[in-house]
Formats: sequence, C-alpha cells, structure tokens
Amino acid sequence: MKLRLRPCGNYKEKYIEELAIFETDFGRLWTLIGLIILFLVIPFVVGSYGIYILNHVGIYAIAAVGLNILIGFTGQISLGHGAFFGVGAYTAAILMSKVGFPFIPAVIAGGVVTAFVGLIFGIPSSRLKHLYLTISTLAGQFILEYIFVHWKSLTGGTEGIILPKSTIFGYTLKSDRAFFYVIFVCFVLFLWIAKNIIRTRYGRAFIAIRDNDQAAEGMGIPIFKYKLLSFGISSFYAGFAGALWAAYMGSITPEPFTFILSLEFIAMIIIGGLGSITGSVFGATFITLINEMLSQLAAYLMNLKGLAGVAMTIAPLREFFFGLIIVLFLIFEPRGLAEVWRIVKSSFKLWPFSY
Amino acid sequence: MDFFLQLLIQGLSIGCLYAIAALGFVMIFKSSSILNFAHGELLAIGAYIFLVISVWLNLPIYLAFIVTFVGSFFLGFVIERLFLRPMIGEALIEVIMLTVGLAAMFKGLLLFIFSGNTYVYPNFLPAGLTIKIGNITVSSVYTATFLATIIFLIVFGLFFKYSSQGIYMRSVADSQTAALSLGVNVRRVFALSWAIASLVCAMSGIVLGILNGINVHDLSKMGLKVFPVVILGGLESILGAIIGGLIIGVIETLVSGYFSTSLRDVVAYVILVIILMIKPYGLFGLVEIERV
Repeated sequence: MKLRLRPCGNYKEKYIEELAIFETDFGRLWTLIGLIILFLVIPFVVGSYGIYILNHVGIYAIAAVGLNILIGFTGQISLGHGAFFGVGAYTAAILMSKVGFPFIPAVIAGGVVTAFVGLIFGIPSSRLKHLYLTISTLAGQFILEYIFVHWKSLTGGTEGIILPKSTIFGYTLKSDRAFFYVIFVCFVLFLWIAKNIIRTRYGRAFIAIRDNDQAAEGMGIPIFKYKLLSFGISSFYAGFAGALWAAYMGSITPEPFTFILSLEFIAMIIIGGLGSITGSVFGATFITLINEMLSQLAAYLMNLKGLAGVAMTIAPLREFFFGLIIVLFLIFEPRGLAEVWRIVKSSFKLWPFSY
Repeated sequence: MDFFLQLLIQGLSIGCLYAIAALGFVMIFKSSSILNFAHGELLAIGAYIFLVISVWLNLPIYLAFIVTFVGSFFLGFVIERLFLRPMIGEALIEVIMLTVGLAAMFKGLLLFIFSGNTYVYPNFLPAGLTIKIGNITVSSVYTATFLATIIFLIVFGLFFKYSSQGIYMRSVADSQTAALSLGVNVRRVFALSWAIASLVCAMSGIVLGILNGINVHDLSKMGLKVFPVVILGGLESILGAIIGGLIIGVIETLVSGYFSTSLRDVVAYVILVIILMIKPYGLFGLVEIERV
C-alpha cells in the first residue's frame, strides 16, 4: 500500500482512479481530522448559542444538498423546496404527536412522504422543460402552503402542532448538544450518500440530462425516470431535513415554510455553487450566518435607546441584502463559494509558482 | 341567476386586472424568454412613483403620468444595463435566479422606504365611465382597465407584427444566436424590451393601485399570480395573456362565491397544475418542437 500524494501531472491509468472521492491520501486525512474536530472538539468548545446556529446550518445543509442534486446536477429548477421542507416537518410532527411514532421512524417517514409529494409535482417533467416545470413547482409551493394553513384537522391551522420530546433508544434528546450529534451524524451520512450517488450510473445520468437531455435520451437514458428519481431523492432530503427541524424546534406553524424559504434554499446553492456538494454546505453556512447576523443587528439596535424606530425600518433591509448577495454572486462568481474555495486551495498548492 | 351574473361581471373585471398585470411579463418573455420574477416589484415601483408625484408632491395628474412613464422606462433601461446585460449567454436558470434576487432587492427597498402600509390615490377618473347593466354597476375603474387593456392589445399587437423593432424582438426570443448572426443588435433589443416592459408594468401598477390601494405585499403577490394567467394563455401570446386573465378572474370569483373565499387564492395555482399536465403550452402558446 503506497501513500498517494498529489502527482505533478495526470498519471491516472484506470477509470476507478478518476472516480475516487479522495484524489490523495491527504484528502482522507483532512476529512478524518475534520470529523474528529466536528464531533469531539466543537460541541465542547462552542457555547450553546453557537451550537444552536450550527444545528440550523446542519439541517439547512441537508436540504440544500438535496436541492443541489435536483438543480445543480439534474438541471430541473424547483421553487417549491420550502414547502417540501414543510411537508417533512408536518409529517414528522403529526406522526409523533398524534400517532405516537418514535423519533427515528417519524423522521424517516417525513422524508418518504415528502419524496412522494415531490414525485407528484415532478410528474409534469415528463412533458415539460425548464420554464414550465419551474412554474409547476411554484404552484406546488402555493398549494402546499394553502394546505398547511387550511387543513385544520390535520395540521392544526395557524396554531400549529407541539411535538413531544424526541427519544432515541430510550435516551431523551433534551439539550441542543444532544441534537447536535443527531443532526450532524445525519449530515455526514447524507453528504456521503449524495457524494456517492453522483458517481454512480444514476448520478452520471442526472448530469447527462442536465447537460443535454436530447443527447441523453439518444444515448438510451430514460429521462423521465431519472428526472422523477432526482425529484424523489431531492424531496427526500428536504423532507428529512424538515422532519429533523420540527423535532429540534419542538413546535411548528405554517409560518416558516413560505416562498421565501424556497428562495433561501436556492440562494444557498447558488451562493455555494451549483453542482457542488461541498458548495451546498458552504452556501447553507453562509446564508444561515447572514440571516443570524442581520437579525442580531436588528435586535441590537432595538435595545439601544432612540434607535428602536430605526431597527423597525431596518428589518426589510434583510430581504434587500439577501437579493443583493444573490445578484452579486450571479454576476461576479456564478460558480459560487465552491469555486472561490478551489481557487484558494490551488493557489496554496501552487505557491510560489502559481503560473 | 342574478348572483351568477354579478359574479361573472365581477370576475371579468378582476380578470381584466390580471390581464393588464400580465402584459409587461409577456413583453419580457416574448423578447428574451426570461421569466421575470421581479414583475410584481416592477408593478409596485411604478405605482409608488405615481403616488409620490401625484399625491405627495401634489403635481397635476397628467404630469404624474408623464414622469412615471419616463421614469419607469428609464428604470427598465438601467435594470437591463446593470443586471441583465452581464448575464447574456449564461444558463437560463441563472438569469431567472437573477430576477428572483432583483425581486428580493426591490421588495426590501420598497418596504424600507414606504413600509408595509396601504396607500390610496385620490379618484381622478371621470364619472362618465361608470356603466350600468340592469341592476349591476360596473365602476369606472374597471371600465378604464378594460379600455386600457384593449388599447394595449392593439398597440402591442401592431408593434410586434409590423414594426422592425418588434420583429427584431421576436427573432431574438426565437433564437439569440440566429438573431445575432443575422445582424440584429441583441443588446439594444434587450434594453428596449426591458424599458418598454417596465413602462407597461408601471401603467398596470397604477391601475391596480387605483383599484386596491398600493401595498408592496399585495402587488408582489400579484406578480406571482401572473404565472397561472400567462401559462393558461400561452407564454408568448399577448392575446393569450388577456384571455387567460379573464378566465382565471372568472373562475376565482365563481369559486369564492359558491365554495369558500379562502380557496380563491389557491384555485389559480390548481388550475395551473392541471393545465401544465394536459395542455402545457397553453391556449395560444407556441408548441416547441425539438429535432436533433
């Protein structure tokens, strides 16, 4: 067993080497170190507020990775992922509070039910392409939002649902730290699955459809099947994340699952980088931090005497900055933070002879 | 029967509003095949410019109209120059997402300046426009909307069919590359179509503002309501947008009259999904035929 380092040139001889997740053993090492830091250092160093934010980052990252499989890899735009996230949250909440499901089956059921809902709104993709499909998912968003609010007997209407405490194997998840482990184990698992889906035949079929669907069909890829599959996988991710979120928050209302949330998810993957799994994680982190910073700023101004009025008028500026960030990224770095990260990495690697 | 007739006329009037709101949207789509998610915000910007000039600055109405139209024409130009031009040649999803970003920006800015309150215009329409059919009254706003819709339909129908700029726009929408190679100035076409669309949006925004009052949230919701309308009519067709608007308006009022008022917000989207499944290119849209 030889230690693989980065060669100066392309010495790959087999396809299997091209497909490897880690090009060098250093990548493996860094991943291991990252995992150790994530699970053994961070929960004990960061305060409870930091853990709270990290938990949100983890949940949103799962949903964003799912959306990136659909938009970034298969090229089908969905504007309904906010509502899909909500479907997962409601499924888990209803199953846990009314049917008495334990935590793990409820969360998985959240994902499965959402995958089915996603498949229903993916059906138009058999006949439709880009624009029309986008609009069909937009309709899905509004129809689902309506159901959340108006099917009172099931969803509790605007009052929402309060969930019982989540337990795993008899252990009750009480603190944010306990949830941190649950969320990030799922996070690592889902990231690993996504990374592997992309390099199997399914992933390559998705990419072929994204690049040119006619050519893909000509090569014998049943596009409709793969588009639906992509919708299903992506909605499963969103629903699973939503279910985790519901369990973590302890109560849900229809309020958060609006069109704005769908836009936030899309902003995450655009800022992170379309067609990049790591990018989705960067994007989720970025958006969550920006959101948190802007609301902290508003809260800070609210507490200052004489500036409370200013804080009220500043609140809508959050949306403005949101839009501005999306626009600036699209114009100046359409490949997102993943590309920035690659540039930074390669400039380190090539230093001092970077040309 | 009387109830039905009343609902029908109310529905047609609301449908006219949808139709007029959809016009600017179809303009942009026809010339650049961009789905403009910032449409509702453009409506709102036009309505607010008019509000500031006619009510806050207290200038005469005709001046307010002129300034609003010139201002929004220029705004459309600026939007195209600053945000859309760098995106020429990029993938469609990125351009669409750009308009989503623009929508968030404009909405945030408008909320920051005007907050979420509802403002109203003073009534300046002549009373002679009010029509009475039997015991049903159609208020002057609706008549004005109807007239404005017809005028726009004719003007833009002629513009796209006969003027050279209109033909350039259609050619660019059909295929940017082919238009470029035939010597069409694609940049100018884009700039012009955004400017005109923004002008049309301002006009629609003013009409909507007269009727419902001006509120950022309502108008941006109206921008999303446009999607069922244009899909029903067919994305490329101005006539389709108007007929789609009328149909959606009537169905919405009938549903809210006979079933439940809360259903009215969602019924348009249900129709939208059904249309997409059975007749994806709408009533008057062009069917895309692809050959390899």
